[in-house]
Formats: sequence, structure tokens, C-alpha cells
Amino acid sequence: MAINKNGTGYTFLFSIIMVVIVGTALAYTSLSLKPLQKKNAADKKMVDILGAIGVTTTRENAETDFPTYVKERLSIDSEGNVLNSSTGKVDHADSSDPFNLDVKKDYRSKKLPSELSFPLYICEDVIGKKIYVIPVVGSGLWGPIWGFVALESDMNTIYGAKFDHKTETPGLGAEIKDDFFSDKFKGQKLRDASPYFTIIKGGRKIEDLHSVDGITGGTITSVGVGEMIDRTISIYQYYFESVTNSSEQ
Amino acid sequence: MSTENSAITPKRESLFSKKNRKLLKDPLSESNPITIQVLGICSALAITVQLQQAVIMSLSVLFVMIGANLLVSLLRNLIPDRIRIIVQLVIIASLVIIVDEVLKAYQPDISEKLSVFVGLIITNCIIMGRLEAFALANKPGPSVFDAIGNAMGYAWVLLVVSIVREIFGSGAISLPGMGQVKFLPQDWFVSSGGFYENNNLMILPPMALVVVGIIIWIQRSRNEALIED
Repeated sequence: MAINKNGTGYTFLFSIIMVVIVGTALAYTSLSLKPLQKKNAADKKMVDILGAIGVTTTRENAETDFPTYVKERLSIDSEGNVLNSSTGKVDHADSSDPFNLDVKKDYRSKKLPSELSFPLYICEDVIGKKIYVIPVVGSGLWGPIWGFVALESDMNTIYGAKFDHKTETPGLGAEIKDDFFSDKFKGQKLRDASPYFTIIKGGRKIEDLHSVDGITGGTITSVGVGEMIDRTISIYQYYFESVTNSSEQ
Repeated sequence: MSTENSAITPKRESLFSKKNRKLLKDPLSESNPITIQVLGICSALAITVQLQQAVIMSLSVLFVMIGANLLVSLLRNLIPDRIRIIVQLVIIASLVIIVDEVLKAYQPDISEKLSVFVGLIITNCIIMGRLEAFALANKPGPSVFDAIGNAMGYAWVLLVVSIVREIFGSGAISLPGMGQVKFLPQDWFVSSGGFYENNNLMILPPMALVVVGIIIWIQRSRNEALIED
């Protein structure tokens, strides 16, 4: 008996077999390429952290340049207490290394800040100035956005910033990753209370030190950048207070 | 859709028979997917700022087209008619995901620049158009030729557009291992006291449309058969 190609049974059988084969092939590809992709993501993270303090490097040199400028990696809890500290070369296998904290995953998990730990990078720029680099994560219009904000040793002046995104619209929201946007943050200051920093759509006063202009046509992404900076600073603020207090005593 | 779906000949034909050559050659000019059929324009406009991106994109499309055309052609007698579009989509999507994963692993910088456009190969009309119009009705051999021909037809337009845009938009072409290859003398540029400045409009999508338009214009003025009434 010839098989009825248009029968419901055959159609179902074909679909099931197809899904199983395709699923296996994709799972295999994904798993076998994971280690390389992870390495690339880690290198990119180093490039971005260094970018926030104004050091340009490449993926290839990231691994060696990183410890030269990033003197100490801390993880802190939501009350500003230091939990862990690492120095020198990054050990990708060591889960206690603050570099390996996945802030994007933590953001997605919707856990309370009190259940999480937060990485902080203490760096020195080319002339030996002390800089704090804070990773920020938030939501743009289509998907996650993230970046690094570098603060000077007064923990108030922004030294530099670097942002990136997953799927924002090219030409609009995606421009948060361009230098013209991140350069505007340089020299701006945080407010003393929330909102620590804002991104403004139109009508920003030029003398306003606590905000920058958003991107035309990328308002939701721009507002997302402001929101993630404000939310993250409000957590790190406790650590900054403790550092300032201890240095005053 | 184009009309070169000729009947399958019973005789075994040579690899470079006239018919197979036609399958390879036609999409390069007379039935070019971009300039004549105006398909796949979205990616052609978006990723032609740099030659390097255009090359990787073209190779990705070539891989996906050959793979999809071959698989669909091999399965053409097994695919149930009612779900054939879904099957085609699943095959294309899987191949695109594989390309995306491989790029993320081996070409992370390019993968970042191409961003969503690799994923959007899935919706590139050229690919599904060829599956529906050719691979479903032809043997694997000719289907592969058809895929190569159409992917090359897509590729050359991308390459030409990206070369023009990169030279006039950025003043130099960046090649892997060679850095920036300059085409104009440095002292022509305003920055070193000359008269020439890069055209920033070139790196924006509208100029890609203009360049594609110029290619279409040249192509039609050379081949009168293509001119519509």
C-alpha cells in the first residue's frame, strides 16, 4: 500500500521525526560551541570594562591587559559589605571570582537584591588614577541592555561609560553602544539621592550635570539606560558610604 | 518568481551542461534576486556598510541556501504538501541558528556587527522563494546549482554596494590582517589640509538604496530585454 502523503497520521509522523532530528542537531551544535562562546563573552566583558576607563584593547589582548588596569575585583552584598575579593589574572573556573558573577542572569532571575551579590571593579587608569567600575543591567525596548559605568575616586563623578545591547533597533536604540552616546557621560555627576542619574528626552538644560540627552527615536532604550544606572547606583551607594566613612575616620 | 523550472530530463547530464550553467548564470544578471526580483533588500541595505560584514553575510546566505535547497530537494517526495511551508521554515531556521552559533564562536566581532541580521536570514525571501519555486520540484544536483547561483547573485550585489559605501563613507576598506587599506592619498583629506571629506551619508542605509538603484539602472541600460514597458 502506498503511503498517503496527505494523511493526518503521516503529517504528524513527519513533523515528529523532523522536530526530533532538528532538535538534536541544534542542541549538539549549541553544546559543542558553548566553551568558545563563553570565552568570547568573557573577553568582550574585559574589553568593555577597560573601555569604560578609557583603555582601548582587543579581544586577543584583553586577557593580559585586564589585570594591568583592574587592580581588584570585589563582590559586595546589597548592604555594601565586601564578600569576596580577587586580584591578578581572572580564573574563569573559580566561581568565587567576582568577575564570574553573571549580573545579566541575576537581573533576569528577579531575585531581591538582598539575595544577590554584586561585582565591583577597582581599576587604575593609564596615569594611575583610582576608578570604580560598576556593571549595570537593564531592559531596552526589545531585550536586555547592559554596560559599565566608571566612577572617579570621589564616587560621584562619572569617569566613563560603555553600553551594549542585544536586540535594540539599529540606527535608533542600538546607538547606545556608540561612543558619541557614552562620551556624553564623562564628567557628569551623580545626585545625592535617587534618581541618581537621568536620561532626558528633549529640553535638557546644558548646565545640568546630573543627566544626559537621550537618543532621538530610541527613547525607551535611553530611559532603560537611565533606569539601570539609577537602580544599580542605589545598591552600590551603601558600599560607597562605608568606604567614605572609613576613610574619614 | 522566475520561470526557469524546466522539466527533469531523463538522460543523465554532465555537471556543467548548458542547463546547469544557466542555473548558475541567470541569477547573476537576468534573474538576479536583488536587482531584478528585488528580494532580500532589507539585509542588503543594512549590512553593506563594511566589506567584511558583507562577505560574512554572503557566505552565511550561501551556506543556508545550499543546505536548504539540498535538504528540501532530497525530501521533496516525502514532505506532506499541507505543511511544506512549515517544513521549509524549520529547515531554514535550523541552518540559520547553526550559522549564528558558529559565528558567535569563531567570529564574535562580525557576529556582533551583523546582530539581528543573521537571524533575519530566516525571513530572507530569496531563500524560501527558491525552495518553493525550484527545490521542491527538482533533483538535488540542479537544486544545489540553483542555490549557488542565487546566493552568488545576492553576494555580488552586496559586495559591490559595500565596497562603494566603505570607500566613500569611511575612506578606507578594513580587511582582516591588513588593517585599513586606503584608496585615496592621505593629503587629500580635509584633516590633513586637503579638499576631500568622507561622505557620512554613505554609511547610512538610504545610500545603500541609492547604490542598489544605480546598479539596477546600469544593468537595465545594458540589457534592453530587462526594460519594462
